Amino acid sequence: MTSAHVESRPRRTTARAGSAFLSTHPRTRLALLLAAPLFWLVIVYIVALALLLVTAFWSVDSFTGVITTEFTLDNIIEVVTGSLYQTVTLRTVGVALAVTIIDVVLALPIAFFMAKVATPRMQRVLLIMVLTPLWASYLVKAYAWRSVLSQDGILEWLLAPFGGHTPGYGLPATIITLSYLWLPYVILPIYAGLERVPDSLLEASGDLGGKTWPTLRLIVFPLILPAIIAGTIFSFSLSLGDYITVNIVGGTNQMLGNLVYTNVGAANNLPLASAIALIPIVIIFGYLFLVRRTGALDNL
Amino acid sequence: MRLSRPARVTLGVITAIILVIVYVPLLVVLVNSFSTSTALTWPPPGFTLEWWGKAFQSAGALEAVLTSVQVAVISTIIALVLGTLISIALQRFEFFGRDAISLLVILPIALPGIITGIALNNFFRTIMGVPLSIWTVVIAHATFCIVTVFNNVIARLRRQGTNLEEASADLGAGIWTTFRLVTFPQLRSALLAGGLLAFALSFDEIIVTTFTAGSGVTTLPIFILNNMFRPNQAPIVSVIAVVLVLVSIIPIYIAQRLGKGEEVKR
Amino acid sequence: MKRNPHTTRGAFVGLAIASVALLTACGTSSGSGASGASDEPMAELGDTEGQVSILAWPGYVEDGTNDPAVDWVTPFEEDTGCMVTTKTFGTSDEALNLMKTGDYDVVSASGDASLRLVAAGDVAPVNTDLIPNYEGIYDFLKNQSWNSVDGVAYGVPHGYGANLLMYNTDEFPTAPTSWDVVFDKASENAGKVTAYDSPIYIADAAVYLMAHEPDLGIENPYSLDEEQLAAAVDLLKTQRESIGEYWSDYLKEVQAFTTGDTVVGTSWQVIQNVLEGEGAKTAVVLPEEGTTGWSDTWMISSKAKNPNCAYAWLDYIASPEANATATSYFGEAPSSDAACEYREDCEAYHAGDADYASQIWYWSTPIEECLDGRTDVSCTDYAAWTAAWQEIKG
Repeated sequence: MTSAHVESRPRRTTARAGSAFLSTHPRTRLALLLAAPLFWLVIVYIVALALLLVTAFWSVDSFTGVITTEFTLDNIIEVVTGSLYQTVTLRTVGVALAVTIIDVVLALPIAFFMAKVATPRMQRVLLIMVLTPLWASYLVKAYAWRSVLSQDGILEWLLAPFGGHTPGYGLPATIITLSYLWLPYVILPIYAGLERVPDSLLEASGDLGGKTWPTLRLIVFPLILPAIIAGTIFSFSLSLGDYITVNIVGGTNQMLGNLVYTNVGAANNLPLASAIALIPIVIIFGYLFLVRRTGALDNL
Repeated sequence: MRLSRPARVTLGVITAIILVIVYVPLLVVLVNSFSTSTALTWPPPGFTLEWWGKAFQSAGALEAVLTSVQVAVISTIIALVLGTLISIALQRFEFFGRDAISLLVILPIALPGIITGIALNNFFRTIMGVPLSIWTVVIAHATFCIVTVFNNVIARLRRQGTNLEEASADLGAGIWTTFRLVTFPQLRSALLAGGLLAFALSFDEIIVTTFTAGSGVTTLPIFILNNMFRPNQAPIVSVIAVVLVLVSIIPIYIAQRLGKGEEVKR
Repeated sequence: MKRNPHTTRGAFVGLAIASVALLTACGTSSGSGASGASDEPMAELGDTEGQVSILAWPGYVEDGTNDPAVDWVTPFEEDTGCMVTTKTFGTSDEALNLMKTGDYDVVSASGDASLRLVAAGDVAPVNTDLIPNYEGIYDFLKNQSWNSVDGVAYGVPHGYGANLLMYNTDEFPTAPTSWDVVFDKASENAGKVTAYDSPIYIADAAVYLMAHEPDLGIENPYSLDEEQLAAAVDLLKTQRESIGEYWSDYLKEVQAFTTGDTVVGTSWQVIQNVLEGEGAKTAVVLPEEGTTGWSDTWMISSKAKNPNCAYAWLDYIASPEANATATSYFGEAPSSDAACEYREDCEAYHAGDADYASQIWYWSTPIEECLDGRTDVSCTDYAAWTAAWQEIKG
């Protein structure tokens, strides 16, 4: 503690010497900071991922069930050319895009209201209300939607007087449920981004005669774009890999996650599963690359 | 900002409608926890308190909650440490490969859970020869939780600048002292927010968990999944969900209060 | 608690298929001994060790932690002094991997795992003379292809069940007698038909084809050559157009039949029992074509550290009261007539009805070596079935 007091004379300890050394050697400081996290991420994650990708070029001997570590392009070729994989990929990407768009459209007004309109007290209450559903377990919520969307469910009961009908189980149900599940994850970053936009900036725009809409579009939107993108990464990627929701409310549909899951769990064909897993990996990298060119990733 | 009154009202109404929609399924869960139907059919044929009584006697449920809390707490702590280190490095230093590192941090959450899941499963079991256990779950969870801490901390670091740290250094404080007394207090609410999100993410994660949990490790989502396949357990699961929602409000509220206390009012 | 197990019993596997192939060959012809068969069964029992480690499907070994009212482990512990530690597994693959560690004394194996365990030498033959309750077990469950090799028993049968045709009694005032309501006539209820979501469901289509397309020459629904599989796939692809949703868990099926989202499809007796309790208008029938089903076996590890307690468990779980409690909780028929005295629903499960049981094709892993004894063609294996199933779902 004493060292914090300016008047107390710094003591010559090894800690102090180390500290002095570090303050004059920023590179060492950087190395120390990065060592642990990089070790973790590279060893645990990148190596695991790389090994998975390598597996895609191997094959399973269907007679013995043992993985043959001989290079083959069979799995990749099957995944790229098989009509099944094309259909399912298109369906999955379509669902993930729809979920992302819906979530952003819903999250923007709510985050804006929270950050810029609500009183601090109200803000606190709203934040709790947004976060609360996160604790009610993914599966419980998915089954709740199954109940809501059923032909006998609340939605039908609400819509019937107006001549509407529940979409029943299928892709629309999957999109609705996934949007619901990931909404808090999209609201939070956008809300945080909006909070960082100084009110004074908006007031200045107003003072200079800027109308509400142009102010939002020209000043607020560019400022929170990185936050929106952060949110879309959540909703897009979480939807892209999901296989449980589509099982519960998706009717007969299957998504990429189901194909991967079945090949690992039931068929014991890790090489093919890895090859299928390449599809979402390529898609996500493509997305991150696009986002990066807008410069948004640096701000994430 | 001076939004016109109609604009404020419209926003308020939209917010209210969205929140109502958000709470309808939760209401269904609440009602189901009192339903006499074991299949959670709607509308409930009758009401009973039986499930509430049973849920509180279920040792399996309690154990699963404890396991989940344990996993979430440890992963969150690891994520807090690693996430903070990496954000300080990225925000306070210019160096080659910064972009690659920020990409590396985002990757575990950006890639779908099933890929992270099978990659780690393959890595642990066939490459490392480590049997799956509660620790493999912790390692997996910590990996994808780093990003939530990273996001919050780096944003705070960027906003607060380096003036205070430089002042502290000028006054003779060492690096550690500066971190402890200057940087860290300013980061506290960011750490809280990131940690809370990390905790929530880990607590409810099921896909990666499925692939990395040892067979004796039953986290709450796995317990719930198993019980969806047991007779007469579905309403008990609803009870657990309701209790979790109610209990979760307390820490979030406290976190909020603490967080807000530090910030300058707008 | 149907279940994970089923999904995953569905989750059949390719691992060690070769060994199964070998074994099945042994089972049907004379064959030389498989690696596991060389182990000698225990000759006589000693003192119990005070503990036993059990690997089981969820719902097979309940000690009251999930529901205090559901507990058949405590009486066993009190009787024998063997304290039970349980691990549950979600798939047969997982069970195989865990058994290799040698940490478990007893395992509940399904038809798709049992022979692979034997082939890998992970389980030992069982001396049924040391298990007094073995005698009461239905004969039609003993020494079957999924629990014995060359007449040597590798375990004690636990319970069995059939995949039945469930229908909504409003939509079907007279009970359907054929699976055609989910195949050739499925379009009459388009969007409201359901089927079990697993590659093993292809066998159900094969059972139907056995009766309706005799020209295909299907002898065993788990032994399909390329052409026969293609016929089954075509049938299932046509069926898909009328399917509302595939189901894999218990809860999903119960909900869909209660709400009327589904009116006809495959089901289990236990689901019907729940639906009756809910007051839903459904009934089940075993159609004239016959059907598929499951039969599980308790096996003992060849590396068992507590063999005496393991034998005690096998005997206990085959005892009428314990077997009744466990199979009733799980929703399947018990393994003996005596067990029915402790259950009121035996009739519903057709327990002990050998005629009924003979109409069931119990789940086995499809392998390249044709299970029906054909040698002129090679059959499609489970990997092929999985690929086909994904293709069917599209």
